[in-house]
Amino acid sequence: MSKESNLDKNWKKDFPIHKQEAAQVSRRDFAKFLTLVSGGLMVGSGLVAAKSYFLPKEGVEGEHFVCKIKDIPVGGTQTFVIEGSKIPYMLIHLEDGTFRAYEQKCTHLSCAVFYKPGTGEIHCPCHEGLFDAKSGDVLAGPPPRALPKLDVVVKGESIYVTAAHEQIS
Amino acid sequence: MSNYTTFNRNEEFFVDMQRCIGCKACEMACAECETNGQDSMIHVNYVERSTTIQTTVQVCMHCEDPVCANVCPADAISKDEFGIVHTANTERCIGCSNCVMACPFGVPKKIEEYDLMMKCTMCYDRTSIGKKPMCATVCPSGALFYGTKEQIKEMRPNSSPVNTFVFGKEVVNTKVNIMMPKGSTELIIY
Repeated sequence: MSKESNLDKNWKKDFPIHKQEAAQVSRRDFAKFLTLVSGGLMVGSGLVAAKSYFLPKEGVEGEHFVCKIKDIPVGGTQTFVIEGSKIPYMLIHLEDGTFRAYEQKCTHLSCAVFYKPGTGEIHCPCHEGLFDAKSGDVLAGPPPRALPKLDVVVKGESIYVTAAHEQIS
Repeated sequence: MSNYTTFNRNEEFFVDMQRCIGCKACEMACAECETNGQDSMIHVNYVERSTTIQTTVQVCMHCEDPVCANVCPADAISKDEFGIVHTANTERCIGCSNCVMACPFGVPKKIEEYDLMMKCTMCYDRTSIGKKPMCATVCPSGALFYGTKEQIKEMRPNSSPVNTFVFGKEVVNTKVNIMMPKGSTELIIY
């Protein structure tokens, strides 16, 4: 295709000087756009599903030391990361004296959640999500699932975490 | 796409160069407007100042196939359904001056201060709500007239509006009319 005919055929079609043509979206172009976008979404979610099937998440193995009991006051929290992983966790010293460990990522859009001392609630500031600090269950807001948790083991003066055992309901 | 403006399709622009007295009221009126940054988009030119006091006035002729828009590499100039060729879209104009060199009437001007081309839009902000262009409302001698074909015929019985211009082999048809001796159909520049 010569430069001139390419200009006439394609350039003027893509960059029309008439306002009506520039703003006009034909039925065919709209259908193409819809097909591409929905096809892209389908392939994308297929890839996500394939990734989680072939490369499953590795669970926490063994016991991991977090901190000493004296390092974490009542109502206080301690964030930590398990070696070899990048997932942020937080350890909460509840007002009743027990300990809880949760992933610090909101299950809605992965914002960092924090414990509000004295309320028994974990708060996500992004979209006002609320979780129960005792169980990790959703109390309010958009999060779809409870916060993933770890089991806390207290040995003497030290606090360890292990993978959560199956919930007994 | 619908256009909800109240642009009057019956009214046209008529320029009668011989009636221009060079008072520059049109330039002053145009420069009152904030839409064009208080720069005048109409230009009064001296024909041959050493021998004559004749002046001419130049507004955008709003060509049917606007060469300024055709040469624009940034797609900044567009023409709407009323035939108005709009000034450069400020977000797209790259100040390359292709349009300045291409226009056979010398209408687009590159404003170096803004690095933008700016030109007459036939006061689109006024004409789109049914008003007349500012220059045509202030012209004291009738060199610039905005109205219907019937009105100009009654006012200038010995002139004909012409909107075909011949530049060598290039024939340009415009939306704006030039008043020529009665019976003329085209203006041959060379």
